[in-house]
Amino acid sequence: MTDRPTVWEEMPKINRDLLAPLQTTTWTYFLWVGVLSCLVAAGAGAWTFQIQTGIGQTDLHHPIFWGSYIASFVFWIGVSHSGTFISGVLRLTNAEWRRPVTRLAELMTVVALLVTALFVFYHLGRVWRFYYLIPYPNQRELWPNFRSPLMWDATAIFTYATASTIYIYLPLIPDFALARDRIHGWRKTVYRWLAIGWHGSQAQWRTLEMAIRIITPLIVMVMISVHSIVGFDFGMALVPAWHSTIFAPYFVVGAVHSGLGMVMIGLYVLRKVYHLHNYVRTEHFEKLGKLLLVTTLLLAYMYFAEQLTVWYGKVPDHIAVQHSLLYGAYAVPFWFMVSCIYVIPLLTLVWPRFRQWPVGLMIVGLIINIGMYIERMLIIVPPLAHPRLSFQWDEYFPSLIEFVILVGTLALALLLYSLAVKFVPVISIWEEKLGKKHAPKR
Amino acid sequence: MSQDLQATKEYSTKAASSYKWEMVVDLDRCSGCEACVVACHAENNIRISGEKEASEGRAINWIRIERYWEGDYPDVKVKFLPVMCQHCDDAPCEPVCPVYASYHTPEGLNAQVYNRCIGVRYCGNNCPYVARQFNWFDPHWDEPLADQLNPDVSVRSGGVMEKCTFCVQRIRSGKEVAHKEGRRVRDGEITPACVQSCPTAALIFGDRNDPDSRVSHLTKSRRGFHLMESLGTHPAVTYLRRLSE
Repeated sequence: MTDRPTVWEEMPKINRDLLAPLQTTTWTYFLWVGVLSCLVAAGAGAWTFQIQTGIGQTDLHHPIFWGSYIASFVFWIGVSHSGTFISGVLRLTNAEWRRPVTRLAELMTVVALLVTALFVFYHLGRVWRFYYLIPYPNQRELWPNFRSPLMWDATAIFTYATASTIYIYLPLIPDFALARDRIHGWRKTVYRWLAIGWHGSQAQWRTLEMAIRIITPLIVMVMISVHSIVGFDFGMALVPAWHSTIFAPYFVVGAVHSGLGMVMIGLYVLRKVYHLHNYVRTEHFEKLGKLLLVTTLLLAYMYFAEQLTVWYGKVPDHIAVQHSLLYGAYAVPFWFMVSCIYVIPLLTLVWPRFRQWPVGLMIVGLIINIGMYIERMLIIVPPLAHPRLSFQWDEYFPSLIEFVILVGTLALALLLYSLAVKFVPVISIWEEKLGKKHAPKR
Repeated sequence: MSQDLQATKEYSTKAASSYKWEMVVDLDRCSGCEACVVACHAENNIRISGEKEASEGRAINWIRIERYWEGDYPDVKVKFLPVMCQHCDDAPCEPVCPVYASYHTPEGLNAQVYNRCIGVRYCGNNCPYVARQFNWFDPHWDEPLADQLNPDVSVRSGGVMEKCTFCVQRIRSGKEVAHKEGRRVRDGEITPACVQSCPTAALIFGDRNDPDSRVSHLTKSRRGFHLMESLGTHPAVTYLRRLSE
């Protein structure tokens, strides 16, 4: 019992440290936000141009009807899996080390989902008619087609967005209440609304814990189903090299792989910018590094199983796609992708010493995400470029307008995240305190 | 449900059993002249793409002549394969459309509702025949081509999927004439533009529900096959194998 007083003395410091980003802002932050806003404006301009002149501003042409927008859609959905996987699965398994990681990962989920939805709109040929996708009563008695995997997708993403918003909000309530008590001005009113009368009574804590306990397994199931359905968009199609049973599980693992990489980047940057070294320790990077190693191996196993089956089967339609990847038109991006998402993570993360090195882990996270983005492109483009009628074979590379929109959207994601960091404590304060209380004696 | 709508629905269900439109392509007769392609462009208000767009792969053709080379020089044989929408009975493009823009008519036509299409382009991916064509931009016609647009065919805006309709406007008017005269459509009475303009009569169109139609006879031919039959799409277009190999 001798350490009890010291734990209690730490509490005000935790409050101060973790609320600091909400209270003080440096000029570099404003500069960063300004640069991002310019990029977002450029992207918005490019999209407006595309809407006005036609979707032909992309490099898409038949038979390659889907390209970088759908690839980005899949990629960002993948990133959104970081939050739910890490915080959901780690909460379920009661892993103590999750505490400083969950909130920033959940924030990534919400931001990535908003960005994901945008790509659906970029992609539509007549985006001004998007509401045909919504089931609303109308005189023509027309409904969306629920046989279409795209409709499943829209439903799944809407469910996921709703559920993950609730999921991030619930553990935020006590932190909002804390912010309400410490922050003055107009923001106090906002926090008061968001804290919905939290005063920390025993009954309230019990209700909150119960709510979190109920939603956590649910969100993990939603997460798995969402990316399975994204995989079904391809798996259900007749396109050679898409029509495969492995797509659903492969997409789920791939999503977690890139999501973990993204969390690694976020963890490193936030720790550096907001001096959170006391909270985000090497131990956390190491544990995440181990998880990343697991997903690397799992993904490599699935990819190998799929490619080996195609190679051995020698069905001409499928083998044409594989040849273009292994030593054809797409060989350079393919082998680059293989080294980014399998070889480099595997060769580095297996070393215990490497896993103790946060900068290295951040770089591996970055490499994985670059690789995973290329992987999404390679899933979509080569099969579409090789339809069964070989007279129609073609190639595709994103146009300038597509690049501007992609960069603008990346900037939007970073901007939303940066703004959120100023509004929401990136580390769950009450959970951190709870962790301190539970911590074994040093 | 309004009474009108009820009546329309009953009408379309009744019509279900009356016609089943199919086409036969005799590969032995095709010389690859592309008269069908030109006729189709004129009949169906297909946009003019121009050299640049065509080189980008954006030219729209509802029917195209695929050209395959066989053998090595100098013993080269060129083979032509006219491909258009196969109007599959189990069309892969139909279930994947999230807004029902791609649907099956009771007469076996695979119809595209331009007004409903929002351009997700899933149907285009899922068509193994690459028959579906997309309007990447708003359409335009060089003068004086803009003055010869067919008033019976809607002009499609940018962002919309389109494809061969078996000249549904001609089917409609043929049926109306027959209906007024109180009879069924006669064999050969309705000809899509490609069929009409084929100099070697390689394309034949008709009603499969009429056991005496030319189409019904030809589809039973031993030369008959369907394109990518193994996919189980049950196309309404039957190809007849070449006689001379």
